[in-house]
Amino acid sequence: MDKFFTAVRLDEDLCKGCINCIKRCPTQAIRVRNGKAVITKKFCIDCGECIRICPHHAKLAIYDSIDIMNQYEYTVALPAPSLYGQFNNLDDINIVLTALKRMGFDDVYEVSGAAELVSEMSRRYVQEHKENWPLISTACPSVVRLIRVRFPNLIEHLIPIKAPIDLAASLAREKAMKLTGLPSEKIGIIFISPCPAKVTAVKTPLGIDKSEVDAVLAIKDVYPRLLNHMKEIEASQEIEELAISGKIGISWGGAGGEAGGLLTDSYLAADGIENVIRVLEDLEDQKFTSLEFIELNACNGGCVGGVLTVENPFVAKVKLKRLRKYMPVACNHLINVEDEDGYWTEAVRYEPVFKLGIDMKESIAMMTKVEELCERFPGLDCGSCGAPTCKALAEDVVRGVASEKDCIHILREYIHKISDEMSMLDLQSRNKKTE
Amino acid sequence: MNDQIQLTYHVSAADFTRAGEASSDVKSKLKQMGVSPEAVRKVAIAMYEGEINMVIHAEGGTIKVTITPTEIEIVLADKGPGIADIEQAMQAGFSTAPDNVRSLGFGAGMGLPNMKKYSDEMDIKTELRVGTTVTMKVNI
Repeated sequence: MDKFFTAVRLDEDLCKGCINCIKRCPTQAIRVRNGKAVITKKFCIDCGECIRICPHHAKLAIYDSIDIMNQYEYTVALPAPSLYGQFNNLDDINIVLTALKRMGFDDVYEVSGAAELVSEMSRRYVQEHKENWPLISTACPSVVRLIRVRFPNLIEHLIPIKAPIDLAASLAREKAMKLTGLPSEKIGIIFISPCPAKVTAVKTPLGIDKSEVDAVLAIKDVYPRLLNHMKEIEASQEIEELAISGKIGISWGGAGGEAGGLLTDSYLAADGIENVIRVLEDLEDQKFTSLEFIELNACNGGCVGGVLTVENPFVAKVKLKRLRKYMPVACNHLINVEDEDGYWTEAVRYEPVFKLGIDMKESIAMMTKVEELCERFPGLDCGSCGAPTCKALAEDVVRGVASEKDCIHILREYIHKISDEMSMLDLQSRNKKTE
Repeated sequence: MNDQIQLTYHVSAADFTRAGEASSDVKSKLKQMGVSPEAVRKVAIAMYEGEINMVIHAEGGTIKVTITPTEIEIVLADKGPGIADIEQAMQAGFSTAPDNVRSLGFGAGMGLPNMKKYSDEMDIKTELRVGTTVTMKVNI
């Protein structure tokens, strides 16, 4: 499987070749070439910033269509807890879960239920592995991919526990098979996701060999369908008791929730990809000596801030708070789950995608050329060349994928020079005629 | 063609928000050059500690970093007060950091010991009221 699969696509007809997404991408993965934005897949971490910023709506996340349900004989919906924060005046999560069944799903398995098991496993793991403090959460696929390409020294700090969605999918599949007696291929485990990073995590997982999730739907696609059913359910009060999670599980939907489930005070929770990068840089420089755990979310506000959600993330967070107010702390405990099921089976490896040369000698020569080019470029970071910064263009030139004259300022100098030379030639030939 | 690259940084006086910019820049360049993560970590920590020392004690100075295929050399030169007793300064926990700096969380006294720990070679030349030059080498 393509180890650099990404879930962001461009609608070329809508792309105007402006500089918004290239400037915003945290890994400088995008360039404008021939008037259209192009993503270098191995640099992309699926954070969704380009989707958020594009004023022409040319950037899209890919995910499955709701029709994919028809491919399976028995379907189970796995709603992310961020789904519950999308609705106004909701006071019972079972209304949303019942509506999922009315939509056509045969059963529902809350991801927040598995999240509580992950919290319990994490609490134990953190206590047993002081040598790797602070330990970093691996629930956000964007963050894990960022660390594997840019922060190799932090790979040993990653908590090797499955993300709640992966644990939920295994448990949901087991439950469905036991209940129906159907073979695995006929059962559709379908995740309802707030973001495209989870699509990538399902198609090309890190830490596990294969994902147990069959399809990923977008919250924003499912939302309008659910609304209609929810109105009927509220009116008829025919609500099924499908909820299985407590405070901790529901909190996972917003930034700080996962860390809260660790029941420790020595943690840091950061959200927003630029903030995440700052934390990781400082962590690498060993500036945090007394923390046990670090929760990192690529999206502002946490998962409720994912690009496939409907509600403003900060409003959604408040709604989650209200929903869990009267819930017990946690409803899921590790009695029935074999611990091994919850752990990663594969290590994450450093992928030095940003490396300039194949060895030190070549890298030194290339870096020297980059520095020279940076001196020649005007340093305006204007983006007209298609690269986000002058330094990025210098790197592109040295890598052989761009030319100095892509810089319009260098090009203008060059044109002046040619124009001067042509005037000289013209003058010389006129002088010859008069001789 | 030169088999090395030299980077020069001017560290300004007592601007704590910018302290660490030079070591950050070196760290990102080393990563891009494919230097091993372990060597990058050592350089980042050793150079950061040296840079902070320059800001806290010497009102800034100049840092020259030379990168060759086999090693990274970091030379931190300042015109600060100099170090009165090098052996004492190398003791873990000993600090001459002024109070305003300690209140910001610095001055734990681990700077020089950490620099020694994370570099493969370290040399200090100092003269009271003239300045200090610290040279560190990290093998690739």
